[in-house]
Amino acid sequence: MMGSENPGFEEAHLFASREEMESLVLDDPLTTHHPNNNNNNSYSSFRSANSSISESTRHPLSPPVLSNPADSDPLLSPPVYRNPNASDNNSYIEPPSYADVIFSPFDDNSANEINRIDSTSKDPDSSLSLSRSSSSSSDYIKITVSNPKKEQETANSLVPGGNTYYTYLITTRTNIPDFGSSEFSVRRRFRDVVTLSDRLAEAYRGFFIPPRPDKNVVESQVMQKQEFVEQRRVALEKYLRRLAEHPIIRLSDELKVFLQVEGRLPLSLSTDVASRMLDGAVKLPKQLFGESTAVVAPHEVVQPAKGGRDLLRLFKELRQSVANDWGGSKPPVVEEDKVFMEKKERIHDLEQQISNASQQAEALVKAQQDMGETMGELGLAFIKLTKFENEEAMYNSQRVRAADMKCLATAAVKASRFYRELNAQTVKHLDTLHEYLGIMLAVHGAFADRTSALLTVQTLLSELSTLHSRAEKLEAASSKIFGGDKSRNHKIEELKETIRVTEDSKNVAIREYERIKENNRCELERLDKERRVDFLNMLKGFVVNQVGYAEKISDVWTKVAEETSGYARDS
Amino acid sequence: MEQQSQRSVSGSVQSPRSPSSQPYLCVSVTDPVKLGNGVQAYISYRVITKTNFPEYQGPEKIVIRRYSDFIWLRDRLFEKYKGIFIPPLPEKSAVEKFRFSAEFIEMRRQALDVFVNRIASHNLLQQSEDLRTFLQADEETMERLRSYETGIFKKKPADLMQIFKDVQSKVSDVVLGKEKPVEESNPEYEKLKHYVFELENHLAEAQKHAYRLVKRHRELGQSLSDFGKAAKLLGACEGQALGKAFSDLGAKSEALSVKLQKEAHQLLMNFEEPLKDYVRAVQSIKATMGERANAFRQQCELAETMKLKEINLDKLMLTRSDRVGEAEHEYKELKAASEEATKRFETIVRLMNEEIVRFQEQKTRDMGIAFHEFAKGQARLANSVADAWRSLLPKLEACSFA
Repeated sequence: MMGSENPGFEEAHLFASREEMESLVLDDPLTTHHPNNNNNNSYSSFRSANSSISESTRHPLSPPVLSNPADSDPLLSPPVYRNPNASDNNSYIEPPSYADVIFSPFDDNSANEINRIDSTSKDPDSSLSLSRSSSSSSDYIKITVSNPKKEQETANSLVPGGNTYYTYLITTRTNIPDFGSSEFSVRRRFRDVVTLSDRLAEAYRGFFIPPRPDKNVVESQVMQKQEFVEQRRVALEKYLRRLAEHPIIRLSDELKVFLQVEGRLPLSLSTDVASRMLDGAVKLPKQLFGESTAVVAPHEVVQPAKGGRDLLRLFKELRQSVANDWGGSKPPVVEEDKVFMEKKERIHDLEQQISNASQQAEALVKAQQDMGETMGELGLAFIKLTKFENEEAMYNSQRVRAADMKCLATAAVKASRFYRELNAQTVKHLDTLHEYLGIMLAVHGAFADRTSALLTVQTLLSELSTLHSRAEKLEAASSKIFGGDKSRNHKIEELKETIRVTEDSKNVAIREYERIKENNRCELERLDKERRVDFLNMLKGFVVNQVGYAEKISDVWTKVAEETSGYARDS
Repeated sequence: MEQQSQRSVSGSVQSPRSPSSQPYLCVSVTDPVKLGNGVQAYISYRVITKTNFPEYQGPEKIVIRRYSDFIWLRDRLFEKYKGIFIPPLPEKSAVEKFRFSAEFIEMRRQALDVFVNRIASHNLLQQSEDLRTFLQADEETMERLRSYETGIFKKKPADLMQIFKDVQSKVSDVVLGKEKPVEESNPEYEKLKHYVFELENHLAEAQKHAYRLVKRHRELGQSLSDFGKAAKLLGACEGQALGKAFSDLGAKSEALSVKLQKEAHQLLMNFEEPLKDYVRAVQSIKATMGERANAFRQQCELAETMKLKEINLDKLMLTRSDRVGEAEHEYKELKAASEEATKRFETIVRLMNEEIVRFQEQKTRDMGIAFHEFAKGQARLANSVADAWRSLLPKLEACSFA
C-alpha cells in the first residue's frame, strides 16, 4: 500500500479537522492554555517538584539524542517521486497519493472517498516519526478514538433519568516498553481529557503542550448530537496523537494513566475555577488577620499564583507586576536572556506569517474547488447538448458537432475530477500550516509559564527585602530598650522564621524559573528543527501534487486539441 | 483574427491577395476610440473595406462608424432579406457601455468585425445596397440615415423589428402562435422550430458555465497571487534554506497567477464569446421564423379575402350589378397581392432551407475552432503550471540535505 511511502500526511477527516483548527485559531491563547490549575493536593506539587529535579539532570531533548532528519527520512530521497511505470522518467505522473484515489465516473463522492480514508488503514504516526527527529525512529504510539457511547450518570443526578454523557473508546498500540503492554484500551469521557490537560499543564511548565480540544459548550447544545459527537471524536484523536508525538509528554505518567487505567482518573476532582476562588476567598481574611499562614510555602511556589487558592499570594504578585510595569525602580530580577527575547519576537512574527499563509491557503483551496466544480458543470452542459444534437440531427454537420462536443465534455468532466482530487490532497498538505497555528498556542502557554514563574520570583524577592527591612527596624527599636523588649524580640523571632521559609521558597521559585527557562529553550530548538522538516515536507508534497495533476490535466486537453486540430488548419 | 479573413472572402477559399480576377470583399473593424462625455459617450470604429466589386468605389475605403450604425444595417437587412438568418450583433448592454472596460471594447470590436464579414461573405447579403451605403457613405449621410430610420421604426407599432431588437426574444410568443390561429402544419418545420427553441436553452446554459469558468480562472489567479505573497512573507520570516524555499514557491505562485489571468482572457474571447455568438445566432433564427409566420399569415389572409371577393364577384355578376367593374378591379388587385404574398412566403421557405444547412455547417466549424482553442489554452495552462512547480523540486530536494 502506498501508505508507507507517503510524506507526513495527516490522515482523513479533513473537514472536521479544519473546522477544529479554525476554532482553535479563534481562541484567545491565554484562556485555552491552562497553566493555572493548582490544587491543594500536595501529591501532585510534590511530584512536579521532584520531577523538576530529576528532569534537569537528564534532558532527553538535548541535541545528541536527535537524529539527523535527512538520514531518518526516506521520504526526502528522490526515488519516491518517480513512477517506475511512467515512460518519461522526468515526469511526475503518479503523485504519491494517486493509488488512494478510487476512480468512479461522474462520482461527486470521489473527493469524499479520499477524505474518509479509514484512519486505521494508514500509519501516519510511523511516517511522522520518520520525518520528525525522535530519539529512535522505530518507536511508535498509535492512538485511535472510536465507538462513542452514551452513558448515564449514576450518582449525584438531581434530575431523574439523569445526566447523560458520552464515552469514547481509546485504543493504543505501541512498542514502547514503558507502557508494559503493546495494545490496550480504555473508555474515557471528555471530562477526563480536561483533567489530563490540566495535569499536564501543571507538570510540564515551559513545555509546548498541544492544546486540548475546546469544551464547545454552545456547539454541544446547538449541533446535532451525532455530528457533535463525531466532531469531538475526531478532535480527541488528533489531540491524543499530538500528545503522543511530543518526545517528553508521550512518556509522561499522566498520559500513561489516561491511556491505560480504566475508571476515574486518580487526579484532581475539583478543578473548577469557581470553587477554587471560593476556597481562596475563605482563606484570605484568615491570612490577613494572621490566623492562616501568609507565607508561600516552597511546595506551592512551583505552581503559578493565578488560578490557585491563595488569593493573598495572587494579590502580592499582581502588585508586583504593577510595580514592574509602572514603578520607577527596576524589579530585582528581569528577563535578561536577550537570545530568548529575540526568539520570542521571531516566534510572534512567525505566527503572524503562518496565520496569513494559512488563510491564503484556504482561499486557494476554495478557488481550486470552484474551478473543478464549474469545469464539471460545463462538461455536463455539453453532454446534454451532445445528446440533444444527436437526437434531433437532421444534417451530418450536426452529428460531427455532437461528436466534437462529446470530446470536449468528457475531457471537461475528467479535468474536473482531477481538480477535485488535486484539491483534496492540497488540503492535506497545507493543513500543516493550520497545525502549526495550534502549536503556536502551545508556545504561548509555555512562555506564559515562564513569565508567571519569573513574577513569582520577583514577588518573593520584593517580599524578602520588605521582611528584612522590617526585621532591621524591629531590631534597631528593640536594641534601644535596655534589657531587651520581650514582645518585640518575639516578633523578631517570628519574622526570622518567616524570612527563612520565604528564603526557601525563593530558592525553589528560582530553581523552578530556571527549569522552565531550560524547557523553553529545548522546546524552541525542537520546534525549529521539527518545523523545518514539516514545512519542507509540506512544500514538497504540495508541489509534487500540483505537478502530478497538472500533467494529467494537460494530457487530457492535449488529446482534445489533437482531435480538433482539423479546425485549426482551416483558420 | 485569421478566421476573419477566411470568412471575408465571398465563397472562395483563397486569400484576398490572389489575382484580382477573383471577386473579393474584405472588411475589418478596427481602432475603437472613445468619443463624447458621460452618458453620451460612445465608441467609434474604423471600418476598412478592400474590394474589387464593381459596385464599390475603388479598391479601398475607410469610414468611421458607431454601434448604432451597425444596428441600422442589421435592421435594414432584416427588412429586405426575409428568410435569411441575419448575422447577430453583440448586445447593447447599457451598463457595460457606461464602464467601457478595455475587455468590453475589444469583445465588441471583435463581434462587430465578425458581423460585417459574415454579411460580406454571404452570397445574397453581400449584394445589398444598404451594405454598400454602410461601408462607403460619409459620416453625415450615415448619421442622417440612422436617425431617420430609427425614427421610422419607432413609429410603426406592432413591428417585428421591435421584437428582434430585444435580445431576450419575445419572438417566441409570436412564432408559437399565441395570438395567431393560423399556423403552418408542416411537420418538418415543426421539428425545426422545436429544435431551435430547445437549442437556445441548452446553449444558454453552456454559455453560462463558460462565463463562470472564466471567472474561476480569474479567482484562482487572484488566490495564487495572494498565496504567493503570503509564502514570500513567511519565507522572509523563516530565513535560511527553508525561507528561500518559501520565497521561491511564492514567486512561482505569483508568476502562475499572471498566466491564469491571461488564460482567463483567452477563454473569454475564444470560447465564451463564440458560445454567446451561437446563442445570438439562434435568436436571429427565431426572428426569421417570426417573419416566416407573418408571411404565412398574410398569405392565408389574402387567400381567404381573395376567395371571398371571388364569391362576391360571382354574386354580383349573376345579379348583373353595375358594381361588377369595380369589384372585378378589386378582385384583380387582390389576386395580384395574394400571388405576391404566396411568392414571398415561398421565397422565405426556400431561403430558410438553404440557410439552415449553411447555419449547421457554419456552427460546426465555429464550435470546432472554439473547442480547439479551448483545449489548446487549457493544455498550455496546465503545462505552465507543471513546468513552474517542477522547476522547484530540485531546489526543495537540495534543502533537505542542507
